[in-house]
Amino acid sequence: MVETENINTQAIWKILEDVYDPEVPVLSVIDLGIIRDVAVVNDELDVTITPTYTGCPAMDVISMNIRFALIQNGYKKVNINTILSPAWTTEWMTETGKAKLKAYGIAPPKTMHAVCTPETFQQEEAIQCPLCNSYHTKLISRFGSTACKALYQCEDCKEPFDYFKCH
Amino acid sequence: METNSKSPVSNSQFLIPNSLITYTLHLADNALILGHRDSEWCGHGPVLEQDIAITNISLDLIGQARNFYQYAAQLTGENATEDTLAYLRDAREFKNCLLAELPNGDWAVTVLRQFFFSAYQYLLYQQLQHSSDTQLAAIAEKALKEVTYHLRWSSEWVIRLGDGTSQSHQRILNAIEDLWMFTGELFKPADYEMEATSKGFGVNVETLKKDWLQNVKTVFEEATLPVPDENAWMQTGGKTGRHTEHLGFILADMQFLQRTYPGCEW
Ligand SMILES: [Zn+2]
Repeated sequence: MVETENINTQAIWKILEDVYDPEVPVLSVIDLGIIRDVAVVNDELDVTITPTYTGCPAMDVISMNIRFALIQNGYKKVNINTILSPAWTTEWMTETGKAKLKAYGIAPPKTMHAVCTPETFQQEEAIQCPLCNSYHTKLISRFGSTACKALYQCEDCKEPFDYFKCH
Repeated sequence: METNSKSPVSNSQFLIPNSLITYTLHLADNALILGHRDSEWCGHGPVLEQDIAITNISLDLIGQARNFYQYAAQLTGENATEDTLAYLRDAREFKNCLLAELPNGDWAVTVLRQFFFSAYQYLLYQQLQHSSDTQLAAIAEKALKEVTYHLRWSSEWVIRLGDGTSQSHQRILNAIEDLWMFTGELFKPADYEMEATSKGFGVNVETLKKDWLQNVKTVFEEATLPVPDENAWMQTGGKTGRHTEHLGFILADMQFLQRTYPGCEW
């Protein structure tokens, strides 16, 4: 067991790089930007996470996987706290994460952070097809296979693809 | 939801006259009951994409409900959990508005109900995120981004059906006829909402009505639909526990397992 007084929080962040999102298994919890803090408090390890979406069913599994990873590395006294504010945003996703998403076939959230407003039938932004890089794509549904994704189709290569929408 | 309770909790402890608990339960019940209704579309949507859309909205709402119930359970103390609050209270203790519990009807009824409710929830959470209660504020701030999607999606569907074919137009007219009388309750504060407002942690729902009506007018105009009389007679009661018979059926369905096998876990 690792003595808590010797905990180097940098080492904890390193371990968390290997804990992945079960729904988008190429992204680590670090890539997603959901780890808000790692601290040693009263001889215990406190990891603070924030959910991507309110009803994201993966959060319980992610929280459990974080605990397992830390236990495997010898950290026994682990508290995982969830905070809601400030609300998670795709702006917290790392550049590495975005590159991994594209390689996996999911269009990453755009660099120009454009979030949803209630305005109806807005001009959809051009989302690049992760397969052939064409910008000639169209929105099929704002709600995709998971809360964080929208469904698009490429007009050039005709492939449907997921877009990790700005949030 | 995980069930941690080993024994059913007596109902009496939920009657604690604490306006913060009651107000939080009201917010939770609205989200749970509408989320449950939306979830009934799972596998039955008119097309796959819209089946997924309404199910995603349901998931967001149930997520909101969990956050509010967890907070209410923490405030209640004793053995309360999010599950005892969702599964072991009777219809009279539920404080959701009547609009949330109405049957799904056809697609027009479902999307119109969602539009009326999301337009309300959008304005409500915009203010609730500045609540003096930091947990209510945080839940609202987080959920607001998702409600924005719900509002946009449902607005677009109201326009699509209203300004669509003669059949879709007629269907949504029928839906307006059915649902309009349940919209007034949203803006008529119950005692605990008034107390919540005066204590600074709640939102004065009366002040939301003007913006809500304006939003309805804008969308209905684009949908070529008439806006009903805002002063029409309105049905109320849900927020104070007087429900339609429909809520009993929802609870019978939703609570059956926990009532029959108390403490049962997956
Ligand atoms: Zn393509």
